[in-house]
Amino acid sequence: MASTGGTRPPRRSPMRVWPLVRVALGNGQLVVGAILLLVVLLIAVFAESLAPRAYDAMDLTNRLRAPGPGMLLGTDQFGRDTLSRIIYGSRIALRVGLIVVVIEGVLGVSLGLLAGYYGGLADRMISFLTDITWALPPIVLALAIVTVLGPGLNNVMIAIALVSWAGYARLIRSKAQGLKNMPFVEAARALGESDLSIMFRYILPNTFGLIVVVASLSLPGAILSTTALSFLGLGSQPPAPDWGVILSEGIRFLYDAPFLSIFPGLALVWTVLGFTLLGEGLRDILDPRMKA
Amino acid sequence: MKVMAAPPETAILQVDDLSVCFETSRGSVQAVSGVSFAMAKGEVYALVGESGCGKSTTALAVMRLVPPPGRIRRGHIRLGDEDLLALSDEAMADVRGRRLAMIFQNPLVSLNPVYRAGSQIEEAISLDSVPRPVAWRRAIEVLGRVRIGDPAERALRYPHELSGGMRQRVMTGMMISRTPDLLIADEPTTALDVTIQARILDLLMDLCSHSGMALLIITHDLGIVAEIADRVGVMYAGSLVEQAPVYELYEDPLHPYTRMLMRALPRLGKGQGRLETIPGSVPDLIALPAGCAFHPRCPERLAICASQTPVSRVVGGGRTVACHRGEVDR
Repeated sequence: MASTGGTRPPRRSPMRVWPLVRVALGNGQLVVGAILLLVVLLIAVFAESLAPRAYDAMDLTNRLRAPGPGMLLGTDQFGRDTLSRIIYGSRIALRVGLIVVVIEGVLGVSLGLLAGYYGGLADRMISFLTDITWALPPIVLALAIVTVLGPGLNNVMIAIALVSWAGYARLIRSKAQGLKNMPFVEAARALGESDLSIMFRYILPNTFGLIVVVASLSLPGAILSTTALSFLGLGSQPPAPDWGVILSEGIRFLYDAPFLSIFPGLALVWTVLGFTLLGEGLRDILDPRMKA
Repeated sequence: MKVMAAPPETAILQVDDLSVCFETSRGSVQAVSGVSFAMAKGEVYALVGESGCGKSTTALAVMRLVPPPGRIRRGHIRLGDEDLLALSDEAMADVRGRRLAMIFQNPLVSLNPVYRAGSQIEEAISLDSVPRPVAWRRAIEVLGRVRIGDPAERALRYPHELSGGMRQRVMTGMMISRTPDLLIADEPTTALDVTIQARILDLLMDLCSHSGMALLIITHDLGIVAEIADRVGVMYAGSLVEQAPVYELYEDPLHPYTRMLMRALPRLGKGQGRLETIPGSVPDLIALPAGCAFHPRCPERLAICASQTPVSRVVGGGRTVACHRGEVDR
């Protein structure tokens, strides 16, 4: 690499990215997961051009039609095109997954950092909270929170985040406990760095690999839980093309029109599988020690 | 080479009657008991002793970085005209790095693995609220000063891309980047091979003679001491048993422990046969023997040694020794 004199370095040189890409391509799980997700992502982005009809366009002459030409995945009891609804639903699924993971990640990582770095009373209090959250069945707790907040997709996302941050907190706490005794943290103290600076500049960046892995592994769970709450009627409200909503509407016609439940279910499986494979692949290449 | 003990008015560091203990479930570990010494501007002072004799703890106490459950129980530490033990935590953090810095034993893990070498020095410099681009340029200058070839290129490297010696230089650069008055080096060369050791020591000495920075070096290697120190303090079981200018110490060690330490040193071309060892082992710091801590291993012990702790006495020429023998002899 050429000498760059006195200028600031680029954030990341291509030299370091290429080997990573090569390692990533060598990991089967990662590649398959990424392909599955790429499909979902493309569908979500180009929903308008891909969907044959609007997700809420009713056609009362074509109700509960079986899959066939013109309506590839059939229609529901209002004659809405299931394919279009599933296509638009991918947007909701991805958005929900990302938002939930960001909220629970910020919550869990900050609490885990505080507990791990300071120890003592802060650690005992945060760990107590973590253990309680961990011990309660997540869907039941989320149900209780949504009951308090009121139904709606936003409240469901908040509820799911509030019940699932504990995993992040635990992992980051133990990682921070190990890192805070590393000589480079002691060196930072010897340099006169403040606690806050040590937490965010020295400890947090060293947990990024872990955070990426935990986040991608908890994404499918987040999507599944919100879909479950929407299925129960607490999340997205009809006519939103949420996969959970489509499933719960289809369940009434399970004998006459099973395709109404099967296809959104398959879409869900596809997406969740994609994230799970991606997460496990990332875990393998980013943190080999975490391999189960 | 300075041979005088630093008189208090020119002392950059003055440690008085320092005691550090660790409260454990087994009892209180007296890691440092009643250590006093002073260092002049630009002086190289070496603290030597076996593992667990309290030399590192003494250094950490000066930084006020004794890890819990350790606690500074007694004593005064003055840096210039500032009483370090009286400062608030924030004020102490401000002193660290700016006036007082420390390099650690293991350079392989003393750098933050996720930042470039240059960025870490830049971060240190920017603690003085220097704008980042200026700090980056200065970081490259600092890398040059710690004799890293092609500093502009090396600044872009991550720690794992650098060798051990290189990392110790980067570490040293980080610590001297804000021109502290005192640099503490805790076994700075233990993890490095011999040729690199010599270069790092050479670098440290050079930095001292050029900038007037004082260096407190912690080591168990008497060879290093002979090479770079102006004065030496020998520690045993948490106490400073003898202090002397380096030449006098090697010529005429006064304390029996120092004498035995010298005899345990391998020398080239003397044909001395087997190396001598000091019989016995370092005492349990929870239950120190009564009287002089060294008396159970001391070949020259007197009756009084088992009952009374010897007090450190000045014996001229800037030397102090804590031994009952001398009191009787003179």
